[in-house]
Amino acid sequence: MNMITIMKEGFDLAMMKGLKKWRLFSLLAALTIFLSGCGEEYLSTLTPAGQVGRDQFNLLLLSSAIMALVIIVVVIIYVVALVKFRRSKVGENVIPKQVEGSHTLEVIWTAIPIVLLLILAVPTVMYTYKHADVSAMDNVDEEGNKTAVTVNVTAKLYWWEFEYPDLGIVTAQELVVPTGEKVYFNLKAADVKHSFWIPTAGGKMDTNVENVNQFYLEFDKESAGLKDGVFYGKCAELCGPSHALMDFKVKTLDRDDFNSWAEAMKTTVHTAEGDLATQGEEIFNTSCIACHATSGAGSTGGVGPNLAAFGDRNRVAGFMTHDEESLKKWINNPQEYKPGNLMPQPEKINNGEKFSEEQLDALAEYLMGLSVEK
Amino acid sequence: MREVKVVSSIAKKKGFGATLWDYLTTVDHKKIAILYLAAGGLFFVIGGIEAMLIRIQLAKPDNDFVSAGLFNEIITMHGTTMIFLAAMPILFGYMNAVVPLQIGARDVAFPFLNALGFWMFLFGGIFLNLSWFLGGAPDAGWTSYASLSLASPGHGIDFYALGLQISGAGTYIAGINFLVTIINMRAPGMTYMRMPLMTWTTFVASALILFAFPPLTIGLFFMIFDRMFGANFFDHTMGGNTIIWEHLFWIFGHPEVYILILPAFGIFSEIFALFSRKRLFGYSSMVFAVVLIGFLGFMVWAHHMFTVGLGPTANAIFAVATMAIAVPTGMKIFNWLLTIWGGSIKVTTPMLYALGFIPSFVAGGVTGVMQAAAPLDYQLHDSYFIVAHFHYVIVGGVVLAILAALHLYWPLMFNQMLSEKLGKWTFWFFFIGFHLTFFIQHFLGLMGMPRRVFTFGANQGWDLFNAISSFGAIFMAIGVIILVVNIIITVVKNEKVGNDPWEDGRTLEWAIPQPVPFYNFKQTPLVRGLDTFWIEKQEGNKEGMTYAEPLSDIHMPNNSFIPFVMTFGLFVAAFGALYNGEKDWAIPVLVLGLAITLTSMAVRSLKDDHGYHIHKEDLMDDEGGKK
Repeated sequence: MNMITIMKEGFDLAMMKGLKKWRLFSLLAALTIFLSGCGEEYLSTLTPAGQVGRDQFNLLLLSSAIMALVIIVVVIIYVVALVKFRRSKVGENVIPKQVEGSHTLEVIWTAIPIVLLLILAVPTVMYTYKHADVSAMDNVDEEGNKTAVTVNVTAKLYWWEFEYPDLGIVTAQELVVPTGEKVYFNLKAADVKHSFWIPTAGGKMDTNVENVNQFYLEFDKESAGLKDGVFYGKCAELCGPSHALMDFKVKTLDRDDFNSWAEAMKTTVHTAEGDLATQGEEIFNTSCIACHATSGAGSTGGVGPNLAAFGDRNRVAGFMTHDEESLKKWINNPQEYKPGNLMPQPEKINNGEKFSEEQLDALAEYLMGLSVEK
Repeated sequence: MREVKVVSSIAKKKGFGATLWDYLTTVDHKKIAILYLAAGGLFFVIGGIEAMLIRIQLAKPDNDFVSAGLFNEIITMHGTTMIFLAAMPILFGYMNAVVPLQIGARDVAFPFLNALGFWMFLFGGIFLNLSWFLGGAPDAGWTSYASLSLASPGHGIDFYALGLQISGAGTYIAGINFLVTIINMRAPGMTYMRMPLMTWTTFVASALILFAFPPLTIGLFFMIFDRMFGANFFDHTMGGNTIIWEHLFWIFGHPEVYILILPAFGIFSEIFALFSRKRLFGYSSMVFAVVLIGFLGFMVWAHHMFTVGLGPTANAIFAVATMAIAVPTGMKIFNWLLTIWGGSIKVTTPMLYALGFIPSFVAGGVTGVMQAAAPLDYQLHDSYFIVAHFHYVIVGGVVLAILAALHLYWPLMFNQMLSEKLGKWTFWFFFIGFHLTFFIQHFLGLMGMPRRVFTFGANQGWDLFNAISSFGAIFMAIGVIILVVNIIITVVKNEKVGNDPWEDGRTLEWAIPQPVPFYNFKQTPLVRGLDTFWIEKQEGNKEGMTYAEPLSDIHMPNNSFIPFVMTFGLFVAAFGALYNGEKDWAIPVLVLGLAITLTSMAVRSLKDDHGYHIHKEDLMDDEGGKK
């Protein structure tokens, strides 16, 4: 008899718990579905593409759910009060009772929010430490090689330089990272403050001018299946007129592909193929090479973006369509397309004149041929 | 004799020149309130036009309505204008109009300083806006982060730093004045725990000004020295540090949002009680909450800097501290709800705004808690989510309060009533437009759109939501236009309404005869409890006041032109500082300006001005008080 009662109570309790859990779960599920309907897979924080982004997305769901609860309570009291206590309902000459307050109620609406906030505070503190943990950054294998990929990011007006110090390569505008592992970042700005943000992968971190910030991100899957074949990255800190155009792209490859890409970056020596490209190379070598390197092997510190993998990229100047037409427009008038950027106008590097159409064709042919993937 | 002339002059209609001179020299808190309201209103419209330009530019992808550089100038000036030159001054206008009357005072503690504070705000604001015509406005955002603001070419940032320095000093003066006024000038019986919430929030906001503005002043001086006089406080190549600016700015900047929102809370507390015909629920916990919010407001500034790289410990501490603010804020919301609960709710225009405020502000508050969760903020920070959040608290809180108070206190300030019908039209346009504009921006942020972008590429999933947001802005603009029409009609009609126009007034300001005599209270009132006017009315006192003293002479301050001149000197000096090292006349102009200011300060200090007395006999025939 006694056992049965206990069992029954236990069963009821389990039912109730289960029910409550189910309710919360269904609320969260509904939220997830609703939210992931928003935005593009390659850009939205609502479609996280790695563990960091997923943790933060879960925090978004949890906080939204708690806050929805608060809103519901407020709205109910509000609506009922508004319906019940309108003067037209109460009577024109009624003087309501002048209530001073209620200690019980004060305690309730102080205590419950504190509990709700504690529920939110625990994962907040946990993730804050977790996402700042870069202790494994310098781990090495038996041979003394770094096990993790580290990228030194330098933000410049208005482009991004990505150096892989352990691999001895450097690229720009298009970050290439391996999937399925933590990728570590050292972040710094070269001129004014910027902020490095890949919304799908996780939150942003500022690139300050005076110190290096560190964090890590993870990427679950290869970007090849996405609309443009890349994830989008943004500058999130106002940095001047072309702040809005300071985009970059992220290509994620599985570890083997990444290794071969890195190898190709290091070893590829570009040779112009065909007359037009050779002509372009000559122009490039007189006018452009002072700022733009065409070899992927090297380290940070380029005046202009490294162009070793230019032909493989997704955009011209970080935001324009990747075709010869855009490239020619850009080369002949960078200030018009990206105001305030530091690339010289053609007049400064081409004997006081714009590049001619033939020169542009040659340059475009040459630049588009700069590839490490072909 | 002089005294008689002053008294009788209010009865006569004055010419334009005399009126202008009167306002240029006035030290009367009621007239200074009107000056604040008018100047703040003008800047509100300018800031609003800038907002419309922003939304036009972002209405469609790849738009070229304004250029990239100009867009940055517009967003910078929109933010700076709305915060420093519109919201704060308009709130000062209401504080000036209401607080002395509410505590039974004849004026603020320092009438001269009151005028000085106003003129400094106005000249600072004019100086800042002159940048549009003198080579370009500041373009580093209203936060003006140091690396960008040092790199910014032209004089825009110089205008920002100098203009805010001058107007900030004015704000500081006003803050001290209200603190001293509320501590010292309360009528007999007006204990701290009988002060109406408008007075309490003014008190706490003033205390916040006292402690929050010095960091801004220091930061702006560093900026001024760096940019104009060759210092290197923020230049990291010379051993400076840009993060110092971020700290200084936000140690000021976070309390600043409470400086704005607390008076808004005060206004809404008055409205809920008045139009529910019911005492404010949980008065003492409301007071406690205001003080606690003010206190905690200084403990959370680094939540604006979660992504700066302060490290997990700092981020965790500031995250939890920020969440804590939600508790007293929640207490306030529930107390307001319980105030209308069981009351007799009359939905007038001010009450409509107050009722609109609750859901809007709760929405803004909960997104604030979400951003307090630091790791989540790494995603939300500097995205459109934060833009949505702070517009929900500032427009949904502060601006709705400003519009509510405009209707609520218009009869107190001008003895006229704004049209209720047009007022409600304004509300609905503004309210719907507001939610249409900003609600969707939360999602833009979540979908990866950074803030402060002058344009965005098509097909990133942002096109439709941006169009909706811009569409909503049109509604807000229509609302404001109806409001302006309403004001014009009301002023032209000029129908007098007398005191206690809302019929259920509870606090002293509604007890005073209309138009309010320039000396305010003929006899200082005796305050017999919270909501003293309500108590008197309930007890059948036709006059609405009990008096603490017999009729006697009233000591009044003289008008003075010195505050205007003193400020004008700083205005001139600012041009000297701005063109230092560029124009030959810069240093002489700087010296000349400072000389004007210092001379007028000397005149003020050395020349005794004892004011004048209104004699008892001359007061006999005036309205109010025992005959």
